[in-house]
Amino acid sequence: MSSEYQTLTKNGLWENNPALVQLLGLCPLLAVTGTVTNALGLGIATMLVLIGSNVTVSLVRNFVPKEIRIPVFVIVIATFVTLVELLMNAFTYGLYMALGIFIPLIVTNCAIIGRAEAYASKNPWPQAAFDGFMMGLGFACVLVVLGAMRELLGQGTLFDGAEMLLGEWARDLRIQLVQFDYPLLLAILPPGAFLGMGFLIAGKNWLDGRRLQKAQQSPVVKAQRARVTTVN
Amino acid sequence: MSFFIASSPHHHLRRSTADLMRLVLIAMIPGVLAQWYFFGWGVILQLILAIGVALAAEAVCLLARNREPSSGLRDYTAVVTAALLAVSIPPLAPWWVIVIGTLFSIVIVKHLFGGVGHNIFNPAMAGYVLLLVSFPVQMTSWLPPATIAQELPGFWDSVRVLLFGFTGDGYSLEQIRRVDTGAMLDAVVMATPLDHIKTELAQGYTLSEAKSAIIFQGAAGTGWQWVNLAYLAGGLYLLKQRVITWHIPGALLGSLGLLALIGAVFAPDSLPNVDIHLLSGATMLAAFFIATDPVSAATSTRGKLVYAALIGLLIYVIRTWGGYPDAVAFAVLLANLCVPVIDQYTRPTVYGHHEERR
Repeated sequence: MSSEYQTLTKNGLWENNPALVQLLGLCPLLAVTGTVTNALGLGIATMLVLIGSNVTVSLVRNFVPKEIRIPVFVIVIATFVTLVELLMNAFTYGLYMALGIFIPLIVTNCAIIGRAEAYASKNPWPQAAFDGFMMGLGFACVLVVLGAMRELLGQGTLFDGAEMLLGEWARDLRIQLVQFDYPLLLAILPPGAFLGMGFLIAGKNWLDGRRLQKAQQSPVVKAQRARVTTVN
Repeated sequence: MSFFIASSPHHHLRRSTADLMRLVLIAMIPGVLAQWYFFGWGVILQLILAIGVALAAEAVCLLARNREPSSGLRDYTAVVTAALLAVSIPPLAPWWVIVIGTLFSIVIVKHLFGGVGHNIFNPAMAGYVLLLVSFPVQMTSWLPPATIAQELPGFWDSVRVLLFGFTGDGYSLEQIRRVDTGAMLDAVVMATPLDHIKTELAQGYTLSEAKSAIIFQGAAGTGWQWVNLAYLAGGLYLLKQRVITWHIPGALLGSLGLLALIGAVFAPDSLPNVDIHLLSGATMLAAFFIATDPVSAATSTRGKLVYAALIGLLIYVIRTWGGYPDAVAFAVLLANLCVPVIDQYTRPTVYGHHEERR
């Protein structure tokens, strides 16, 4: 794997994660992460759209005049969102109903147009596709982690309703980890999403800070103080 | 010999945070006693539990932040937060309700935002909102006031209900809450005055019909009006001690009362009157103890007026058209959000400068 792909992987999953660092696409991120299933469904849908739009934008990048590139990107993205929406309507109807307006709203997810503008419109299509995949994966991972946190606190389960996404066999995936008499409803409601997101970002920054500290602990060069006044 | 020249102001009020907070706690005593009289030992138990949890959480947070725990514990701010939360929740709510609420108030709302003096939201009210949103059943299970209750649980029964959910004789909280109305065959669970009015109005009854309920033996709800008057007395003590200024309570009660008056003039059958708005629910507690929190309130004099009037307006709007019967916590949090803007636009003119004319 060449270093370009390595950088793309690292950026998408951690360094420049669309959800944790760029803070893009917060609307679906906060709205649908009530359960792992919803989060995974929207994560995969977003990832598919990202790959598709990145490849297309990259292929047409030399034919589209600079002045009208944004409308073109939006049309490309909207096309892929429509495709994904129809596919979900056909194959995962339960999830399609559960996610509702947030599938069409993928069009307005800034993470997608951001990648089209910042990366796909300047690079050849294989790299653009890989970038789309990694950014989508990074976004989906955050969605799933947030969904798991909220589902666990709010219902005590994981993968509740997985059969809506994966078919009947997935009904057995549902894990009842804790049985709450009175679940923390707040976790499932929107404020829970904001709080959970805050904790995730704080956690990432904390890990980064610790790594930086460790790196700096290796030989410390003593700073030389510069004398700015003359001694009389 | 050297003279120490300090810059102005030269005239201090030598009061520490701890002194102020102690005065706030003293001023709360009449209100707490009134609540104890009307709602039983639950209030006291919740207070003890909340203060214990708050102090423990404060100490752990300070240690985790590499601060000296003793100084933080001695300033009483955690105790005031815990006390405000404890008197806001139903007296016989299960023990874990107040524990979760206090932990959220202290750890997340206070210390994650930077500790004493840095929290943008009122910790007690944020904790209350968390509880109200998460556990609606427990948070609306108020007891009927002692004057109409069939039987108010004693001290040990209160402890048992708090810990296990049942009294020594096996009565559940739901059964304790029943009130013999006389009109019906069965005793019914009594709602709070504001809750009762809201439900009745939603069902199409008029205000006077709603007020014929047994809970309205006083002007604004038996028991509740005395609790509010007791908090008013405590608030006046705070005013006299100059812990707070008149601006926040005055503007809050003024705007709420004015709106209630307008409402009562134009729709006397469907909008509660001034007395109910001012003397029921948590109005007085909010006006003198919650909205006046020096950290999360506006700072300038004009700012305080705007801030408190906004709270009054929000309380009226949410009580009248919102989904919840009382609105103090939501109103205070929403106004807290506006404080930076309010402070920005109500900066007093510096002495010697002129107000810019447009």
